Amino acid sequence: MNRQRIAQEVFVPHRIVMVAVALGLVLWAALAMRWDWIPRYFDLAVQGIWRTLWLLALSCLIGFALAVPLGLAQAAGPRVLAAPARAFCTVIRGTPLLLQLWLIYFGVGSLFPQFPWIRESELWPYLRQAWPYALLALSLSFAGYEGEVMRGAFKSVAGGQLEAARSMGMGRFAIFRRIWFPQALQRALPTLGGETVLQLKATPLVATITVIEIYAVSSRVRQDTFIIYEPLLLLAVIYMVIAGLLALGFKLLEQRFNRGMLG
Amino acid sequence: MKTLALLATTALIATAAIAQADQVRIGIAAEPYPPFASPDAAGNWVGWEVEIIDAVCAAAALDCVLTPTAWDGIIPALVSGRIDTIMASMSITADRMQTIDFSDPYYNTPTVIVGQRDMQMDASPESLAGKVLGVQVSTIHQSYAQAYFEGATELRTYQTQDEANQDLAAGRIDATQADSLAMDDFLATAAGACCEVKGAVAADEAILGAGVGAGVRKGDDALREAINTGIAAIIADGTYDAITAGYFATSILGN
Amino acid sequence: MLDWLYALWPGLETSVGLLSLQPPGWGGNLLRGAWASLQIAIGAFALGLLIGTAGALGKLHGGPVTRDLLAVYTVVVRAVPELILILILYYAGTDLLNQALRALGQRPVEISGVVAGIAVLGIVQGAYATEVLRGAIQSVPRGQHEAARAYGMGPVQIFRRVTIPAMLPLALPGLSNLWLIATKDTALLAIVGFSELTLETRQAAGSTRAHFTFFLAAGALYLVMTLLSGRIFGWIEARYRRGQAAQ
Repeated sequence: MNRQRIAQEVFVPHRIVMVAVALGLVLWAALAMRWDWIPRYFDLAVQGIWRTLWLLALSCLIGFALAVPLGLAQAAGPRVLAAPARAFCTVIRGTPLLLQLWLIYFGVGSLFPQFPWIRESELWPYLRQAWPYALLALSLSFAGYEGEVMRGAFKSVAGGQLEAARSMGMGRFAIFRRIWFPQALQRALPTLGGETVLQLKATPLVATITVIEIYAVSSRVRQDTFIIYEPLLLLAVIYMVIAGLLALGFKLLEQRFNRGMLG
Repeated sequence: MKTLALLATTALIATAAIAQADQVRIGIAAEPYPPFASPDAAGNWVGWEVEIIDAVCAAAALDCVLTPTAWDGIIPALVSGRIDTIMASMSITADRMQTIDFSDPYYNTPTVIVGQRDMQMDASPESLAGKVLGVQVSTIHQSYAQAYFEGATELRTYQTQDEANQDLAAGRIDATQADSLAMDDFLATAAGACCEVKGAVAADEAILGAGVGAGVRKGDDALREAINTGIAAIIADGTYDAITAGYFATSILGN
Repeated sequence: MLDWLYALWPGLETSVGLLSLQPPGWGGNLLRGAWASLQIAIGAFALGLLIGTAGALGKLHGGPVTRDLLAVYTVVVRAVPELILILILYYAGTDLLNQALRALGQRPVEISGVVAGIAVLGIVQGAYATEVLRGAIQSVPRGQHEAARAYGMGPVQIFRRVTIPAMLPLALPGLSNLWLIATKDTALLAIVGFSELTLETRQAAGSTRAHFTFFLAAGALYLVMTLLSGRIFGWIEARYRRGQAAQ
């Protein structure tokens, strides 16, 4: 059934022509442009892709873990919790990530000379490196945006279900774990998928604070060889592939979550 | 409604695409690089290199306009025609000469390693092994460090030398390799009290270049000759020494 | 006047001095950068709306080839990071333009930084705007469109008098989000060296070593822009929703 529809959609005259043109362009690019730098920088590129992926995964997980209490506080919390949560989300969403990143890295760095005892402390090996700051900035940014998404998701779960659960005698944590959170998560999942792709698109910014991820590798290729377009084009293809895999992954996740739901 | 939109679009394109007849756009780095070129609080660019640029343009009778460009993309900007020449402390190296042409050098200073005061090191690869070295991207210092120090020393690349200096003061990196005059300027500041000059790196003219010159597009001989004339003129009539005296103790012309 | 505050908080006086509007304070530079950011954001948003309208109409009423090409455009722009798109468009755009002009025998043209920034960000915004406007136009009840056709209104008239007023309230939340993205994406232009707010902040912070002061001041400026924009868009949305059921 599905295969028939795919065949119908793909093997249409104009699509075949377009695919042929696209393949022709790729072939021309492969032959006419300079790709001799790839073997030399292959290892560095693999390291860069790995760093991009784990920064993305960790920052999304940590950010989501922060976003749930932020959203909950705004949806159902008392004023004293909801107001700071709202302020945090507003500030994060109202300022550019680049500014936040530089503030965290260079701002904290400017404090180090004033407090010499920091260099003796246990944390110093981590404070010296750049990736903890990148991870912190990316996680806070994700938490700010997802806090807003989770607020909407928590609010959208029908109040009647929660009241029914209370009347059945379920404890508050049990209600959250078994009714409120799963339904909110299911409603938020499409948006979360989109936001994860947006987080992927934010990762190149960490190259400005010396974290060597895949964009920094392509910059290095450009500086060493003075080739301008080929590294950028290959970089764009790499990001499209990763974004495509992310979109596919989230689609599968949504299908699993929607089993048995009315949708 | 449609004609209005058409007129507005044409006006926008026309005002944007004003082709200046004889203006020479001098590309300088958008990032501060004291004492050669840095912005002051009023937004004007000041520094030794800025004054030299003004003097050369006056001597060569060119109508120059300073065009700050990101250092990282300054050569592509020259090649694609967004600027006409680069005068941003860019060293003349064989690698760069494959893409652009250079004028005669207008200064030449040694490259030094500057490190934390309480650390023992000199400018040799052996003593830098196991340490963290910061360099600015797209510079001869990055190329040199990648050729001589990479592997044993951890290299960190920064968008500007200023950021490398900040991390040096913060203790995140142990040393940085840069131009001796720019580092003298940093060491004289309060933040520079952390560090001292550890030594000059071993010479390698192929990587470190034969001095700093003005970059022009390949084949743009007219502009290159005009700049050469200007440089020769200001050296001959003493303007060069007068400007240098305002910033440095000795002449920096090199050879 | 504020001496008691300065006495209470050491360092505040120097910070305020650094931010003052006249040199040697850097406040004037920051405000100039903020103005450049605002100009680029407004231009990019407007260009994005134009491209988005054309794209949305193309996706809804265009032929199969148009629809596929537009799909490629939106997917590529939404999958590739803005920074890389900005670099590619910035280098390739001016390069191609100057090569074309040189082939025609004309002098290469100087594109000012603001115009290049507007063009690049506008193309990126156009892809997102296409999706927002397409969704909004599709949500307009078909009956209105058919009734207008029955009255003999031409396609342009239908678009101007029926489609646009009906889809605007539906598009406004997405468009206000796009405006916020435009204002924040101008910060990325700092990496290609445009003198907008983030670059001016970094230059000031680097020159004076007062990082927290300047980054916090820049953050405050961005916040003012986003909060004001939020208010304005809320007001526009309330006006357009007059007479409609409350959401």
